Amino acid sequence: MTAVLQRVGRVTLSIVQEMGRMLIFLLSTFGWLTRPPFRLFQMVKQLHFIGFKSTFVIVLTAAFTGMVLGLQGYYTLRRYGSEAALGSAVALSIIRELGPVLAALMVTARAGSAMTAEIGIMRITEQIDALDTMAVNPLQYLIAPKIVASLIGVPLLVALFDVIGIYGGYIVGVDLLSINAGAYWNSVETAVEWKDVYGGIWKSISFGLIISWICCYKGYHTTMSAEGLGTATTEAVVLSSIMILVWDYFLTSVLL
Amino acid sequence: MIKLVNVEKAFGRQQVLRGVTLEIPKGKLTTIIGRSGEGKSVLLKHIIGLLQPDRGEVWVNDVEISRLRGKALNDVRKQFSMLFQSAALFDSMTVFDNVAFPLREKLRLPEREVRERVDEKLERVGLAGMGHKFPAELSGGMKKRAGLARALVMEPEIILFDEPTTGLDPLMSNTIHRLILDMHRTFGFTAVMVSHEIPEIFSISDWVAMLEQGRIAAMAPSADFQRITDPTVHEFITVGGTVSLKH
Repeated sequence: MTAVLQRVGRVTLSIVQEMGRMLIFLLSTFGWLTRPPFRLFQMVKQLHFIGFKSTFVIVLTAAFTGMVLGLQGYYTLRRYGSEAALGSAVALSIIRELGPVLAALMVTARAGSAMTAEIGIMRITEQIDALDTMAVNPLQYLIAPKIVASLIGVPLLVALFDVIGIYGGYIVGVDLLSINAGAYWNSVETAVEWKDVYGGIWKSISFGLIISWICCYKGYHTTMSAEGLGTATTEAVVLSSIMILVWDYFLTSVLL
Repeated sequence: MIKLVNVEKAFGRQQVLRGVTLEIPKGKLTTIIGRSGEGKSVLLKHIIGLLQPDRGEVWVNDVEISRLRGKALNDVRKQFSMLFQSAALFDSMTVFDNVAFPLREKLRLPEREVRERVDEKLERVGLAGMGHKFPAELSGGMKKRAGLARALVMEPEIILFDEPTTGLDPLMSNTIHRLILDMHRTFGFTAVMVSHEIPEIFSISDWVAMLEQGRIAAMAPSADFQRITDPTVHEFITVGGTVSLKH
């Protein structure tokens, strides 16, 4: 019994310590963010990587998500003779939930894993130590631009996801299943309120923070081996994805 | 001057440094030797503040750096450069940008002056015309040279060399050692080198110190070090080939 309690205590303590280290990592990064030099070029470069280079995968995911929602929604609504409400069903699902969550998960898979791998390799090959020895703070030079770019890039990608997703639903509903185009757009317009969009923006900003925070932290604290880097990348993607889903639930319960 | 006083460091349960006391003479080239895993690189990282000791003090030019953080530590680090075992070149940058990095970051010099200083250092290490290449396109020896050019470009007061010839063939090792010696004579910086290369290090070092079981077992001028009769030191340098070469 004592052994079990000891083990539970040890695990709990290590989780609390890890959370503390993660919080200090984030706060230190924000601290360095406020001090000059402000690395605008690095931020733009990261925004290009996290934002622009994720566009294709976001467009593809959004289009097929919208299309499958259109298809499922149409056959469900037809049972109740409410096909005209397809636009609202698609738009609300995407703007409130699927847009932020799926876009964040895709960014985690594409850019988050790359962030962990890049920073991890820099750690293993002593490039981060080299920055330190040159009196360049790695949190300011490497991490802060990624966090800022993620905070800006993820909401923009979510907005793109929302638009493409709604058009995906339109293509299936109007072009393939012959719903009236006016009815579709009218349904979208009457159902979507500002608070839905606003909630989606808050979600996407917080998801951007979760992705960059966890993925950068895992890369920065990777162990000095190829296996360690592989583990760090896997942990970063899994933990980010879980945190996105958990945080989505809490945020939804507050925003609704 | 660099001074370590009773420095202790453990990683988990593994005690690596058990009370290292060491003075590095200013303007000299001091080499730290010792078995693999003795903590030579750990010792070097304490000197530049990459690691903090569990106990003890690290002094750099009359500043105790072991408890310094942030800007205060960065101010001390401005006196240093370091050549890493892996050269630690930024793989996303060309050789030129790697060497120019500290100049652009710290001195914010006009680009024309950056180009002049970088080209001069690349020429000194035998990499003239190689500035456009990426680290992945370089051989091991060329990476070390590029790393050396980056270490030299700020003309620091102190340069740390962490096993600068690891992974190189004997000829290239010799070339890198000669290059370090030439640069040391030209610029007069204080050099601290960690190396396994016995007997070569005796011909380039002013002082040699040996780390054994987490402590400094011996430190002496290079010529005197080879005459130390302590069995541990003698065995280490004999196995390294010194004795056979001396005769």
